[in-house]
Parts: sequence; structure tokens; C-alpha cells
Amino acid sequence: MAEDLPLSPEDVEEIVSILSKSDYETLDIATARFRLQVARDSKGWTQEWRPAGGEAGPASGPARVNTETPDDGLLVITAPLPGTFYRAPQPGAPPFVEVGSKVNPDTVVAIIETMKLMNPVHAGVDGEIAEIIPENAGPIEAHSILMKVKPA
Amino acid sequence: MPKPINRLFVANRGEIALRVIRTAKKLGIESVVGVSDADVTSRPTAEADDVVLLGAAPSSQSYLNVEKVVAAAKESGADAVHPGYGFLSENVNFARAVADAGMVFVGPDPAALEAMGDKLKARAVAIEAGLPVVPGDEATTAEEAAKVAETTGYPLLIKAVAGGGGRGMKRVDKPEQLKAQIGLAMSEAEAAFGDPRIYLERFIEKGRHVEVQVLGDGTRAIHLGTRDCSIQRRFQKLVEEAPAPNIPDKKHRAIENAAAKLAEHLSYRSAGTVEFLVDGRTFDFYFLEMNARIQVEHPVTEEVTGVDIIEQQLIIADGAPLGYQQRDIEIRGAAIEVRINAEDPESDFRPSPGHVTRAAWPAGEGVRVDSHIRSGDSVPATYDSLIAKLIVRGETRDEAIERLSAALESLRVEGIKTTAPLHARIMADPRFKTGGVDTRFFEGLADG
Repeated sequence: MAEDLPLSPEDVEEIVSILSKSDYETLDIATARFRLQVARDSKGWTQEWRPAGGEAGPASGPARVNTETPDDGLLVITAPLPGTFYRAPQPGAPPFVEVGSKVNPDTVVAIIETMKLMNPVHAGVDGEIAEIIPENAGPIEAHSILMKVKPA
Repeated sequence: MPKPINRLFVANRGEIALRVIRTAKKLGIESVVGVSDADVTSRPTAEADDVVLLGAAPSSQSYLNVEKVVAAAKESGADAVHPGYGFLSENVNFARAVADAGMVFVGPDPAALEAMGDKLKARAVAIEAGLPVVPGDEATTAEEAAKVAETTGYPLLIKAVAGGGGRGMKRVDKPEQLKAQIGLAMSEAEAAFGDPRIYLERFIEKGRHVEVQVLGDGTRAIHLGTRDCSIQRRFQKLVEEAPAPNIPDKKHRAIENAAAKLAEHLSYRSAGTVEFLVDGRTFDFYFLEMNARIQVEHPVTEEVTGVDIIEQQLIIADGAPLGYQQRDIEIRGAAIEVRINAEDPESDFRPSPGHVTRAAWPAGEGVRVDSHIRSGDSVPATYDSLIAKLIVRGETRDEAIERLSAALESLRVEGIKTTAPLHARIMADPRFKTGGVDTRFFEGLADG
């Protein structure tokens, strides 16, 4: 028998009921069997289901996942896990890095938010940011390339 | 209460497979789903406890294949089979084969399936039970048809005796057209249902399609109220609501009681739906047919009664008596369901299978979505186009319409076309808001 959480339409209704009384705009749930995002926008609440295990998110399809190391002499910074890519510590704050910023292995270059947890992304290399690929606040998959770095 | 069913084989796909699995989980019953090649990564496979491969994508090699489905169910160790709707759900051979293999068929007895599956027999049984039927009769030749047409008048409908669910129906407006249409109807019936028999019925102009959900345990039968399914395109339902709006109380009760009476007359076991044609002006009603299975639109009844109909089917299949008395059933508020199909309403409802890059379904108070389609799923071209049922309830019908309109606004499906925009137009239509529309509604729907 399944030990994980089966969610019925009644459960989704209850989740929305709880969320509407809060300031939260999104709830992400991931189990061994499914992923569910309950979110609110100007039109109202939606429920978006996905197969378990990080399938393609909304505006991106499998074609956009680029995990190949380019052979143009640049180093890459990849996403350690899937989630939402943020360039700044909070909305309105200046981004961690821009193209041209110098980084070293410990420099935080971005945040990936997964299930409400903020995960800092470290550069991991010495060099200068050459290219920033994903859109701010866009969904990204694990191992996809976030930034390219010109080695020091 | 002991539950002899431990392991349930779900012999269907898509949203109804998910629906059955969900109730099985709720009751602590293990579920196994049988899938074709095209459905191997579908959502039901993620939620069932086990998955069995039936065969290649074409239904004849999988979902419609009696031998394969029964063998798969048996091998999976299931002690019961739920057939869903469509496919083999009303196939008498299938029901018998399941029983012969030592498993419980979650549905009526083969005799009831047979009686209601033959639309002529069903009419005869209804007459026996004292229900009024639409004037009409069987015809085996064009000459016989012309004779029957004297009773029915024109326009009339030619229906397939082995048909049902709105399939295999032809409308004839003039006597000159009858002979050709009869020949056509017979060969189409043969091709579609393996039985060329047809019958004729008077076509009632201002007809409303009102149906009654019934539950029986073989001894007693109760009704769970009415549904109105008058909004149809080419005899396929688009929108359904419970209860049927704007019917005078006395007539409304009479329709409900007639359905329960028929179910008891049949000693009916399991869930079923008795369909009536209701005259939009006089509210006289006529028996049309009985569907001896769970129906697509069952959720609207669930929303206004609080009864889980699939659960009742499983309880009845266990051999338990009905847990409800008629007086226990209360209809509260209103519920409306719209069928979201993978079709392009702007291009004459051309099917739109393909890869769904995003499926953000509505959510919120009173909103229920029964769907197997997630972001990233594919809608195969092989099966029917239903991808989701959006069901909304409200304390009043007006509230349900308001909520449904809002829900349709927030619905986002990308990658394929859907009929969601059509439903938004229906919700905005003043005739729908008034309620009590008849089957001519769809033709009169304003463009844009």
C-alpha cells in the first residue's frame, strides 16, 4: 500500500482555503508519486500537477535543458537542484552578479528556491561571469547550465 | 463492515481510472491499473499500487480486448474489476468473463446489462414498469420504418438498438429522406456495434435531457436526484448540472421516483442512470434509456448529495445492502460540470492531441478538477478527447455559475487546444443563466 500522501480534490480545496488566509502565493509539494504546485495570480488559484522527479516546468520544455559543457573555453555553473532561479537575495535587491563580475569558488551567484527553501548557488570556480542564461524567477531543472565563466 | 474486495483491477484509462483508484485508496483497497503502450507513463500508473501492460495502443488490442483484460486482471491477483465508463463497461461478455474467472464485476448483473444494453428491450421493460416512453418502434425494412413513422410523425430519430451514449443516432426531417437514412443507419449500426437493428422514435423539439442517478443493491433502489445534460453537440454532452433546474416540484419528484421504480423493477444492483426526455413546456417526461454503468458526469451528483458513488459501487459489489434510505438523500445547492476536451472549438472541434507543456487547472472554494493530465503529459490521438472535468458547486445555481466562470478564467492549458473557451461562452450565455435550456441550446450559441 502507498504510504505517501494521496491528494484528493477535497484536499486541494482545503489547501487553497488555508493558503488564501495567508500571504503565500505558492505551495509546492513533491512526493515519490507526484509534484503539485498550488498558486495564485491575478485570475485566481490554480493547481498544476507534474510527474514525480522533476519533469519540464511551465514555460520550458525538455529542449531547453542544456547540460552539455560548451567547448568555447568557458567554465559553467550548473544548478544543483531543480526549482526557481533568482538572481538577487530578495525582490528589489541588486543581483548577486552581473556579466563582468569577478567570482571565486565561494561567491554566491544566485538562489534556487525549491519547496520554499532558498538554496544558494556558489560559483565553484575563479573567473569572470561571461553569460547568465535563465530568466530571473524562471523555472530551471537540475544540472542545467546557469552561467558561463571566463576562467581567470 | 468486512471488505471482501482487497485488490481492485481498474479496466480503464484517463480520468476515470484515476477516479476509481482514488476511492479505492480511500477505502484501503489495493489498486491495479491495466494500461496500453500509450498510457504507460500516464497519471493513473503513478497513483495505482500496480500497473499491468495490456497491449498496444489501439483499443482493440488493449482496453477493448476482453481476453487480455480478464487475463491481466486475473494474473494481477485482483479479486474485483471496475470497468469505468465506455470501453467494456456495458459489455455482457466481459461481465460474464470476469465472473467466470472468479472475480467480482463492479457493476450490475449481466442480465441487467443485457436488458438495458438492448435499447428496444429497455423500452419494453420501462413500459412494464409503468414508465412513459417516447412514441416509436423497431423497423427492419424501409417499409416497416414508413409504417412506424405514421405513429412518430416527423421529425424522427433513427437509433441503433445496440447503441447508446448518443452514438448511432440520425435525425430524419422528411418522409422522402427516410428510405436512404434507414439503409445508412443499419450499415453504420452494424459497423459500430456489430448489430444492424434500428428503431425509430418521435423527435421532441423542445426536449430537455434530464437523467436520474440510481443506486440499487438487488433488492432496494434509491435515486440520488436529477442531472440536466441538455447542452450537447452532436448528441455528445458538453455541460451537465445537478439538480435539473426550473422543473416544477411535482414533476421533478415524479421523474426521480420513476427512475427508482424502474431500478427496483429490474432488481438493479450497483450504480446506474435512467435517462429521460422532458418536454420543455409541459414537463411531461419519457423514458429514453438506462445506462448500466458509472457515468462521466457522476461528480455533479456527488457534489450536491455528498455521496461517493464509486464507493457505493464497491460496497454494493461486496454484497452489502444499500447504506442509505431514500430519506437520507438530500440535495443541497447546485453543481455544474464542463467537459474540457482536447479539441479546437474555433476549427469545428478538430481533435487536438499532443504534448501538454502546461496544465494549470483551476482551484479554490467549490472547485473540483477530475483530470489525469499534468504538465508535461501527452494526449494520445488514439482515444477520446476528454482531458478534464471541471466541476464547481455553489450554494445556489447562480453562485456555481459565477465560480465556474472565474475558474475558467484561471485555467491555463498550453501545447494543445481545448474547449475551455467554449465553456466560458456558455457560462456567459443569458439562456444558460436563466436555466432550463433544451437540446437546441448549442445551435443558438452566439459566436465570439
